Order: sequence, then structure tokens, then C-alpha cells
Amino acid sequence: MRNNKNVFFMSLSAVFLGLVAGALLMAAIGSDPLEGYTYLFKGGLMNIERVGNTLATATTLTLTGLSVAFAFKTGLFNIGAAGQMLMGGLCATAVALLVPVPRLILLLLTIGAGFLGGALWGFLPGYLKARFNVHEVVATIMMNWIAYWVVYYTVPAWLKGAYLETESRLIPEVASLRTPWLDSLFEGSYLNLGIFIALGAVIVISVILRKSTLGYELKAVGYNRSAAEYGGIRVERNVILSMMIAGGLAGLAGATFYTGYASNMQIGILPNQGFDGIAVALLGATEPWGVFASALFFGLLHSGKGFMNAMTSIPPEISDTIIATIIYFTATSVLLGRFWSRWKRRKKEARDAAQQIKDMKDKEEA
Amino acid sequence: MDYVVEMLQIRKEFPGVVANDGITLQVRPQEIHALLGENGAGKSTLMSILFGLYHPDRGSIRIRGKEVRITDPNVANRLGIGMVHQHFQLVHNFTVTENIILGSEGSFVLERSKAARKIKELSKRYGLNIDENAKIEDISVGMQQRVEILKMLYRNAELLIFDEPTAVLTPQEIEELMEIMRNLVREGKSIILITHKLREIKAVADRCTVIRRGKYIGTVDVKETSQQEMASMMVGREVSFKVDKKLSEPGEVVLEVHDLSVLDARKYKALKNLSLSVRSGEILGLAGVDGNGQRELVETITGLRTPLSGTMTLRGKPLNPLSRRERSESGIAHIPEDRQKHGLVLEFTVGENLILKSYYRPPFSYRGFLNFQNIREQGRRIMELFDVRSGEGIDSPAGGLSGGNQQKAIVGREIDSNPDLLLAVQPTRGLDVGAIEYIHKRLVEQRDSGKAVLLISLELEEIFNLADRIAVINSGEIVDIVKTEETNEQEVGLMMAGVQRGESR
Amino acid sequence: MDIWHILIQIFPYAVALTIPLLITSLGGLFSERSGVVNIGLEGLMVMGFFAAAITVQRLEVLVPAQAIPLGLLAAAVAGVLFSLLHAFASINLNADQIISGTAINMMATALTVYLARTITGSGNIRIRSGILRQNIPGLADLPGIGPLLFTQTYWTTWVVLALLAISWFLLYKTSFGLRLRACGEHPSSAASAGINVYRMRYLGVMISGAFAGLGGGIILVTYSGEFNGTVAGLGFLALAALIFGQWKPLGVLGATLFFGFASTVANVSQVIPQLAVIPPLLLKSFPYVVTLIALVLFSKTSQAPKAAGQPYYPGQG
Repeated sequence: MRNNKNVFFMSLSAVFLGLVAGALLMAAIGSDPLEGYTYLFKGGLMNIERVGNTLATATTLTLTGLSVAFAFKTGLFNIGAAGQMLMGGLCATAVALLVPVPRLILLLLTIGAGFLGGALWGFLPGYLKARFNVHEVVATIMMNWIAYWVVYYTVPAWLKGAYLETESRLIPEVASLRTPWLDSLFEGSYLNLGIFIALGAVIVISVILRKSTLGYELKAVGYNRSAAEYGGIRVERNVILSMMIAGGLAGLAGATFYTGYASNMQIGILPNQGFDGIAVALLGATEPWGVFASALFFGLLHSGKGFMNAMTSIPPEISDTIIATIIYFTATSVLLGRFWSRWKRRKKEARDAAQQIKDMKDKEEA
Repeated sequence: MDYVVEMLQIRKEFPGVVANDGITLQVRPQEIHALLGENGAGKSTLMSILFGLYHPDRGSIRIRGKEVRITDPNVANRLGIGMVHQHFQLVHNFTVTENIILGSEGSFVLERSKAARKIKELSKRYGLNIDENAKIEDISVGMQQRVEILKMLYRNAELLIFDEPTAVLTPQEIEELMEIMRNLVREGKSIILITHKLREIKAVADRCTVIRRGKYIGTVDVKETSQQEMASMMVGREVSFKVDKKLSEPGEVVLEVHDLSVLDARKYKALKNLSLSVRSGEILGLAGVDGNGQRELVETITGLRTPLSGTMTLRGKPLNPLSRRERSESGIAHIPEDRQKHGLVLEFTVGENLILKSYYRPPFSYRGFLNFQNIREQGRRIMELFDVRSGEGIDSPAGGLSGGNQQKAIVGREIDSNPDLLLAVQPTRGLDVGAIEYIHKRLVEQRDSGKAVLLISLELEEIFNLADRIAVINSGEIVDIVKTEETNEQEVGLMMAGVQRGESR
Repeated sequence: MDIWHILIQIFPYAVALTIPLLITSLGGLFSERSGVVNIGLEGLMVMGFFAAAITVQRLEVLVPAQAIPLGLLAAAVAGVLFSLLHAFASINLNADQIISGTAINMMATALTVYLARTITGSGNIRIRSGILRQNIPGLADLPGIGPLLFTQTYWTTWVVLALLAISWFLLYKTSFGLRLRACGEHPSSAASAGINVYRMRYLGVMISGAFAGLGGGIILVTYSGEFNGTVAGLGFLALAALIFGQWKPLGVLGATLFFGFASTVANVSQVIPQLAVIPPLLLKSFPYVVTLIALVLFSKTSQAPKAAGQPYYPGQG
């Protein structure tokens, strides 16, 4: 595909500008940006345990990023990854806590439940969009809050933890995605089998988008709904399918987070990873491997902020600020892309006119 | 001689092309001056300069002998220049009055009734019959155009520019417009009429300036110049208006539409008990003014719209229960009216676009996965057969192709699918002469090889060139179906306005 | 307690929730009417929330009487300044307005907590006292509506209602409003009428910044009392109210009142026996579910400004 180089540079420049903004903020409160960034990156990479944590954080972000990116390909803006993550996590936690089967089957059921929970939560906004043209941004935001309250009341009612009203029971070891060999390999980090699920998802989504007829259809619908219809593609079906898959991916994020990274579910939280997924997707230019790369980068920022805060007095929110600034600049560099295509369009119009003149000349001479 | 406006030696360049190359235009007071040229000749650019949307690289503009610089539409307005755009600049859910006073309200707090009164008075003076309190979305296209004219009169325009004003009007409305133009001139206004319709120039213009490929060709007195001569100046060579084709030998009926009624978005009947048939080996031209049901007919045949009642059959097989894809597979090909909106995914490559209707079946895909080798084969083949030119061959993004090549790609894709019925809707819109001739040739070719072709076009000339029979549509009904050789443009024009032919069918 | 008394009891709380929602939604109205979709209302509210918190906290010891009005002013100004980021991206650079708005939300949340932490050490900023509720003399004694509408009110409520009335007048009775609406429906018509579409849209976005910022500030001085980094989705709810209210000031008033009441009912349901029987999950998710239903119902006849969300390229028409 063309424009890969352009897109790469646009993402890179957005990252650069975000880091510059972060440096300015650090300087504004009297800290040394160089020191700040050193500790930030060290915090994520300094030792094997920290690397593991970075990877673990990237796991969730990869999946939510894929969720947003996949929907984006079909022209849909999935702000509902947070709610889908909650529902996926809820279903996975419920299965993990309530279904007494051997580990292998349990893990498969848990993951499956996570995907299904998220897919279900993505289905409704997709359906509303396909049938009634309800804008998916508002619909998914509403779904986020409904999911929030569903978890808020369901967990204490059915899955209540032994000590606190506000969290679920601990996931038993047999159900957790943590494994002894990963734990020892990465010296006690949060890294779990989720990383393999995330990588698997990246590969599967990449194949779907590039090589399958489904991918062709989804992209056609995303680029030009009218032409897709003209070509006989069932647009409504594809919109719904796209949101379901996107929801399922975010649901997987929930499953891997709540039964892998964490050991239970807390109520009263709308997971930030859902919204960070938007940043990850945009920075990764909505391409699966790009998403993975930017998830790693963001994972690094998140992992390192605690260490940076401990060693300097820079508040950990700097990471979030940097991330937010990067999205802002990806939005504006998307515009650089538009300037580019607008300029190309003008050139094309000029070329058109030139072609017409040339054709007329040819006709004359003929 | 005092001119109302002079544009002298105007030059305007865009990256890669000189849109206006030393053009001179001089308009006398109280004259209707036509500006004639083909698509892309530079008429719109020149007028945009006059209206302040562009600035000339070289040359000067004089209003009543005084040199001026028109930096934006506000300046143009103040100098008394007004423009009726081809695509109306109206806010659909504002009233007529609100649209007219927009930008010239006169006070911070709106004074709607005062403005309405002034507008009513203006409309009476110039014979422009409008309802000042109606909402734009509720009034007819002809009336909307009159609102555009009133906008200019409200701002005391002295020079009115009309940009292709008759494209969207019924023949009757065109007559009314010409009468309005004569009224305006009588009341002291001057008019520039941008058009490529020679007949209208003959009907209403005093003089005509012809431009070709950005260059000034000449200015003629309309009364003393024939349409043929003006056409030659416009195109640069002897123009024959006919396409070489042999007599058609129609075979069996391929498409039969019977008693079809279809509702539009507002629940009015867009098609009323419409019937027609197309045979193999013939081109049936559907003539009519835009917006009389053509779009709904095409959508219903291709499956984008469900009819209220009536039947359609393809070689005897009923179409109603078939999905869009099934109809396409049954042998209906469709060259859509808007190539960029419906015909192509501009972000896809040419190769990906050429399989837009066939990507899901072998040999282009197996078991859900695309076969890129076969896709590329197909793409190369079609590009070569149909002379589609692009920078990177089948890997060029479709958006990068010129209009003519985009259309050739679509035509290639549709014809290559070997259909029984070919629906061609406005197939040469916005194309240059070379591409038009090419596509016309291919359409006739299809008809000669036994296909049934339904040609829907807003250009009567194209229909008369290509069609064997002509069906005229008006307000969702077929007024009449006639053999091309047994009628002429005047008769068809009348039918387009709803007037029946002398005798009944 | 009978229904009437329940109503009188919860009315002030409902209003307290409604007013910030109303002013923010009104801001969104101006922005979208000019043609710019502003998803960043949430972030703008947070900005206002933060600005008000710092200002009031610093000033309440020095000038106790003026602290709160100044704080609210600071909130509005902060909202305007921050909204310029969205305006610049959406209008000059023709960026995707939804992405830009999302970026604003994330930046506001992160930036304000970052700054709060450096200033106070924790992420929270407390103020000593907010606005006292008062009865309007005279009007409070009117039978029936007196106790309902004019007792225990915040003065900011009346300011917001006045702004609502002014907005209505501005939008429908002035040339400014006509031009603004034209920019949102058909910008090229506005441009060929000589209107500067860019400037109009900037104004629309800046007004939304001021109003949303003010909304955040009002939250602080009425029912919150402490900045904690988030407005819990009120900005998005304001957006939903805008759609629910079909982009009309009176419609928005109705929609936000509905949300204010629904949220209040959900919050106090445990205390009121008649309401305690309804499962809390239903009550809490009620506003969101109803919004979804309303979106479906309004989908066919949507009065959304036609050109909202689409970048404007001059010279096209």
C-alpha cells in the first residue's frame, strides 16, 4: 500500500511533539526534563521485571487499540472500548469464579466469555448505527455508563469479595492467566498469558484486514459506503459485524486484564485503557502491527511513571498528558495527510484539465 | 463605447495548467452576453475571478471604465456584481427571506417583516413570483433559482452572472427564465450567461464570447452566427453531431418493467405505474429533466430501492425477490451517475476497484480469502482493453486518475462482466470530448453485440446520437416512447415538459 | 411524605445537577450550530472545574466576597482558552473533529491533575465554602410554585437561565444568530454571502468553551466543593442532551431537566420508600437507556445542523 512512509513519519512526528510538550511541562514545574525522561524510560525497562510489566500493560492496550482500529477501518468510531472491556471482564470473571472445570477448559471458556461479552456490548451500538443511523459516538458513550452500573451492582450481588463490598472475589489460581513459568521468567511481574492472546489477535486481525473478503468489504464500507452498496455489499451487516468484532477485542482486553494482570474486578471504575486504546489506534495508524508498536510505547510510559515520580517529584499524570498531546498531534497530522491529499487532488484536477487539453490536441491532429 | 465590465488579458494559472491565458471579455450595458466553452475551458475560473473568489495573475478588470481590484465576494457585491451559482447557495431550512438577507441583514436585531416587504416589492417589479415566507426545502427548483436572482437584486446588483442556469430546469421553466432575463435587461441590468447550450444562446443572447482551452477565441454577434459556427469555435474543428452507427436489429425483450410504482424519501410517488421494455440489440434512451424519477428507476432496477407495486423481469425472470448482488449476477451491469460516489472507492487501487462486484467469488477469492494474483491479472486485462491510463497501473489509487480514466475503468468493469442489460446513467458527465467519443463507441458496440442498453441522460444530444428509441419521463410517468428517427429535439423537449404527442400511442 | 413534598425536597438537588448540564449543553449548541462538533465538552468542564478551584482556593481567604464570582470567571476564561486548541485543529487544520475533541478530553483530565498535584500534593483541591442557597424574597412566598422554584436556590441558577434566554434571543432574533446557523447548515452559502465562516466557527467553539468551563465551575461551587480531576461523564451527558433537545435551546432545557431529575431520583431512591423498590441498577442506567431510545426515535427527523462535523474548504460549493 502506498503512503506507508508518510504515515510512519506522521506518527513519529506526533510522538516527538508529544514528548516535547511533556518536556515543557516538566520544565514548567521546575524539574529537569532529561532527568525526568531518563527515569521514565528506565522505569519501564530497567530490569526484567519492569520489562514484564511494560509488556503486561501493552497487552491490554494492544487489544483495546485493535478494537478501536478495527472499527475505524469500517468508518466507525468506537469510544465504547471501556464499557466493552468491563462487560468482557465481567463475563470472564463470572466464568472464572463460578465454573468448576479443569484449567485448560476453564481458560478457554474464560477467554471466550470475555470475547462474547464484549461482542454483545458492541452489537447494540452497531445495530443502532446500521438500522437507525444513530451516531456510534454517543451510543457507545451511553453503553459505557450502562456497563459501569451493571458491574457496580452485579459484582456485589453475585461475585462479592470476601473482604470488601467494592470488589469481586479473587480469581482462583486455576482460572488466572498468570502462569508460574512467566512469573519466574519475568521475576514476578504482572505479565501473563494475555500477551500471547494479544499477539494472536494482532496476527488474526492483520490477516483479516489484508487478505480476506471480509476485510475487503469492511474497508470498502469504511471508505465509501455508497460505492460499497453499489457493489452489492451488505452495509448494515458489515457495520454490525465490525462493531461486534471490535467489541469482542475490547472484551478480550477485559478478560486478560481482570483475570490476568489483576486478580479481581473493582467496581466504580471506567477503565482508562479503553480510552487510551483510541490513542494507541491513532498513533498506530490503525494498522495492527502499528497498534502493537504504539501499545508497547504507551505501556512503557505507563510502567515508568511510578518510578519517575519516586525519583523526581514529577507527577505520574505527565504520562497521560503526553499521551493526550500525542493524540492531539495525530489528529492534526491526519490533517497533514489531508493537506497532502488535498494538494494531490488539486494537482489531479490540474492534470485532468491538462489531460483534456492534450486529448483535444490529439483529436485535432488526428 | 462604454462597457459595464471589462476583463482584459486575464491570466490565471494553477499548478500544472493555465486556466485562463490572456482572456478578454467586454460586456456592454443592458446586453445579455454569453460565455461559451466546453467543460474545463476556463469559464468558471474566469467568472470566479470576476466574483472575487480568485485573483488573476495578470490582467486587469474595469467597471464602467474605472480599474478595480476584486479581492472577495463582498467587494464584488459592492461593485454591483452578483452571481447565480450552478449549485444553489441556499440554506435548506431557512425561509426565502432569511436566505436573501443573510449577510446583508442591515441591523443586529433582525427585521424580518421589513425585509419581506422589500423582497415582495422586488419580486413584483421583475416578475419573479415567489413566496417570501416559504422554506427553501419546500419550494421547486425553478423557484429556488429565482430566490438566487432576488439575492442579487436585493443587493442592487447591476451585472448578473448566470452559471449554467438551465441544467436543472424543465423546458417550461427555461422559457420563464429567459423571459426574466429579458425583464432584467429592460430594467437596466446587464447579464453574463455561462453556458454550453447553443440553442439557448441563440434564443436569448446578444453577443457571445468563446473560449477554448483557456484561450480567447473570439466574440460574435449571436444573430449573425449559426450554432454550427459557434460550436466549431468552441471545439476547434468541424463538429459533426452524429455518431456513426448502423441500424439496430432488436431481438427479444431483455428488461420488462410493468406498472412500477415507487415511493421517494418523502413518501410521494416518484414513479407512477411506469412501464417500459428494452430489447437485446437496441439502445433505449430515457430523456427527461433531472429529478423526474430517473434516479428512483435506476435504484429500483438495481435493487437499492423496493417498489410499492409493479413488476420487473429480466429475460422473464422476476427481479423483485433478488438481492442487489443476485441481480448483478443475473446480468445487470450499471454505469452509475456519480462515478466518485457510487462507482469507485477512491482509496482503493484500480485493481481493487475493478473487482468491486466480483471479489467474493472464484477466481478472485476462495473460501473467504482473496487471490491477489488473479485479481491483478483481471485488472491488467481490463485496463488494457479499455485504455485506462494511470500513473502506477493497477496499483494506482483510483482517486488519482483523471475523470475520463475513472469512467473508462468503470465502463470496463461493467462491460467486461458480459451483462445482458447495461444501465448507463449520465455516462459522459463532466468528461472531455475524447473520453465522450470513446464511451459512446463502446456503448454502440455493446448494442451491436446483442446487449440491451438503457441509456439515461440529461443531454438530449447524447440521446439523439445513441438511442434507437426514446422514452420520455416526466413526474414519474412515461409520457411516450418514440423511434428516434421519427422525432426531433423540439418534440422531445415538449414531452419532457409533460405535453403529449399529437396522437395517442 | 406525599409526592408533592418529595418533589419539593428533591427539586433543589435536581436543579443543582441540571444547571451545569444545561450551560454546558448550551455551549455545545453554539459550537455545533456553527458547524463544529465538540466532543471535548467533558474536558472543557474539567478545565473550568480546575480553574475555579484554584482561583477560589487562593482568593477565598483574601477576598471572601469576590472569590466565587472571580472563580467562575476564571472557569469561563480557562474554557475559552482551552477550546482554542480544538478550534484551531478543527477549523484551520480541518482535523477530524471527533479525534480532536477526544484529545481535548484526555489532555484536560491529565493536565489538570498534573497541575493540581504539583500545587497541592494530592490531586484534589478543596474550597472552604461554596454558594449558599437562598430563598428569593417575595417570590418564595407565591403559592405552589414559590416553595418549589424560588426557595433554596443558587444564584448561579438564575445566571444560567438568563444566559439561556439571551442565547435563544441571539440565535433566532439577531443577524449574528442567522449567520451562525447558516455556517452550520450550509457554509458555502454563508461564504458567498460574504460571511467569514472561519470567524463564526471560532466564535461558536469559544462560546462552547466559556459555557462548558462555567459549567465545571458551577459544579465546584454548588454541590461538589472539591476538585477531583473528573466530572464523571457530565460533559458527554450534555452532548446527549443536546441531541435529545434537537439543537434547540428550549429542547435542551427540557432534556437537561430530565437528566437532572433522573439522576437525582436514582441517587436518593434508597431514602424514599416509594422509590426504593425499584432496582438501583435500573434507576442509575435509566438516563442512558432513555437517551439511546431517544436517539433512535429522533434518527429520522434529526434536526442536526447539516454541515456539523464536516470540514469546510473554501471554494467548494
